[in-house]
Amino acid sequence: MKQENIKIALVGNPNAGKSTLFNALTGLRQKTGNFPGVTVEKKSGTFRLAGSNGSADRDVTVVDLPGTYSVYPKSADEGVVMDILANPKHPDHPAVVVVVVDASNLQRNLLLFTEISDLGIPTILALNMLDVAASMKLTVNAVQLAMQLNVPVVKINARTSEGIPGLQQAIRQVVEKTEKPAQKYFYVPKGNEPALIEEVRALHALDNDYVALQYVCQHDNFSFLAQPVRAKLDSLIEKYAFDETGFLADETIARYKTIKPIVEKSVKSEGATEQPLWTRKLDKILLHPLWGYVTFALILMVIFQAIFAWASYPMDWLDENTASFISWVKEVLPKGVLNDLITDGVLAGIGGVIIFIPQIAILFGLVSILEESGYMARVMVIMDKVMRRFGLNGRSVVPLISGVACAVPAIMTTRSISSRHERLLTILVTPIMSCSARLPIYSILIALIIPSTKVLGIFNMQGLVLFGLYFLGLGGALASAWILSLFIKRTEPGYFMLEMPTYKVPRWGHVGFMMYDSVKSFVLEAGKVILAISIILWVLSSYGPGDHMEVAEQQAVRAMSQAPEEEVAAAVASARLESSYAGNFGRFIEPVIRPLGYDWKIGIALLASFAAREVFVGTMATIYSISGDSEDVLTVKERLMQEKNDLGGVMYTPAVCYSLLIFYVFAMMCMSTIAVVYRETHGWKWPLIQLGYLMVLAYVSAFAVYQLMS
Amino acid sequence: MSVRTVSQLQKGEKAIIRSFTDRVMSLKLLEMGCVPGCEVRLDAVAPLGDPICINVGGCYSLSLRLNEASTIEIE
Repeated sequence: MKQENIKIALVGNPNAGKSTLFNALTGLRQKTGNFPGVTVEKKSGTFRLAGSNGSADRDVTVVDLPGTYSVYPKSADEGVVMDILANPKHPDHPAVVVVVVDASNLQRNLLLFTEISDLGIPTILALNMLDVAASMKLTVNAVQLAMQLNVPVVKINARTSEGIPGLQQAIRQVVEKTEKPAQKYFYVPKGNEPALIEEVRALHALDNDYVALQYVCQHDNFSFLAQPVRAKLDSLIEKYAFDETGFLADETIARYKTIKPIVEKSVKSEGATEQPLWTRKLDKILLHPLWGYVTFALILMVIFQAIFAWASYPMDWLDENTASFISWVKEVLPKGVLNDLITDGVLAGIGGVIIFIPQIAILFGLVSILEESGYMARVMVIMDKVMRRFGLNGRSVVPLISGVACAVPAIMTTRSISSRHERLLTILVTPIMSCSARLPIYSILIALIIPSTKVLGIFNMQGLVLFGLYFLGLGGALASAWILSLFIKRTEPGYFMLEMPTYKVPRWGHVGFMMYDSVKSFVLEAGKVILAISIILWVLSSYGPGDHMEVAEQQAVRAMSQAPEEEVAAAVASARLESSYAGNFGRFIEPVIRPLGYDWKIGIALLASFAAREVFVGTMATIYSISGDSEDVLTVKERLMQEKNDLGGVMYTPAVCYSLLIFYVFAMMCMSTIAVVYRETHGWKWPLIQLGYLMVLAYVSAFAVYQLMS
Repeated sequence: MSVRTVSQLQKGEKAIIRSFTDRVMSLKLLEMGCVPGCEVRLDAVAPLGDPICINVGGCYSLSLRLNEASTIEIE
């Protein structure tokens, strides 16, 4: 019989190195998903535990739980920790908890450790960041600490993977231990707490006092408790006149009293401790009233230069190669409907997005470098007061910046904002930040109308226009937040309080993994949607109601009887597309979009991109390769340049391009975002309000731009 | 003279935490290691004057808003 995987969970303060340890343990054997029932991101992975004394190897499943300072959650993602640890029936409930502790800040880190240890789940303490402690002239005696805490203590360096075998061995020993070691409690209930605990324990058949106390304090956060059970616990609280806030403060202070002598016995310090020198020096510059903002602006500029200028080389290469690949496939496959479907439908659609892989990889890479290095926390500090003016929080900076990559994970990161009001506003405006799915649209339209000249010797004109569009997205997001904050009543004060991590050199392997992961999910997720839509679109644009297409073709041939053969072929293709199902569709909505400068072909692409913006370019590629000359395959850009409007002039004039650009800056064209807002706000009210106001904003702005420019 | 709070510290000035004025805020502060008796020092002020960064017990740097800092009484 196959042995079941051992389940372990990593718990720890934010910045204690939990995720680094997770990567060191699991390597690439990890996956990202959601915890059941909630949208908090769940990272889990596996590793193989070598057998000892003749026992077989075992597989271990590791779950990386959200970072938290205590078992009492302050935000939605922290709530996951206790929801799992207090519920033995939870699928992720661990057999062993590894508490990752920052040795340079032992006192505060041990608070969480003592709470977790009191829950009665076998616990191991992983002592991390001993190098930082050493640079602060602190030495930690792990043996002494283990004796004081009555648990295995393993010294590790998560960044260099030192001590990982020792940790694995400790896990093995804890799992194989048949008898439970005597529980050491770091908090002893007092007053009438024991009586209350006794009653809760009897009621729920619990074998641990501290778990019973958690039932009392946070039963509303426990998804596994039904409403009547919660009501019963509330009545118990009333019966014993239990004062929750007072209890929490007393408990925390009592714990610190227990921790203090433990820290004194196991930590030796030489002189006054101080943060590492380079962190203090860097903060002098990065939090400076002037240089702080200058650096932030420069970093943003570099990001946009990178995703436009540097990414253009691999993109051009990909663009040319997809085009020649498609024409190669067209020649190799036998002519016919299937050939058309594969080349004009599927490959044209996929090729339209594949070229954006370099941009997405660079963008995700740079954002993760900012987070890894510790700089993101400084950005939150210098932006907090600005953000507050708009009803947001310094923490909203992370969703807003991540929104530049993708609104879906960005909206999920709002769970770290504890104020409901600030979180809702952040969710509502994050989709206005220009996400990577808009990048294909921006890139192609900018390339059409803006020359690639240098400005001031270093900046590329196209890069600057792109920067402008992102800036417009940011401005739109902040302005919307301010307007919305006038309508949405604030119910509680927001708070900031943020630990400033020391600066670190990014773990390049991790940055590389983030890039790989984002590209993979972009290609797979977007690829699926694009594949489906390309096929549907191809069918809809290759067939028409009744004999409309044949009639249109004959009419075109007759009208063009004097013209050269090439022009006749183009006119026939165009006439056929126009009378197809898709063409009818586009014609149907044309009156609505005409004031924005769009024709029915753009209309088809607009409708298709309601599923996801990245479909737009793929759709254009499909539409124009069907309507275009089928013999030679052009890149999408070349096709758009050749496109003529009804009057025979250039279709993609600056006015039309700008109107489209502005439309896509604001329009909420993304099913996944609507879905994630629905999940995060628990209802249809907010996603519908959001969809409505963004569509109106997009339409009105695009209308204004087109009318002013033409 | 009224009791001073962390929000009134000068840059580089050190003080010992005495007590808290806001019950809910004090819970969060305690969890972040701001325990009565612990030494704090004002390290930096954000460009717009708020939030501020304080060093807690020589261990680490904590950033908080002025209205949060004003709930920490010092001696």
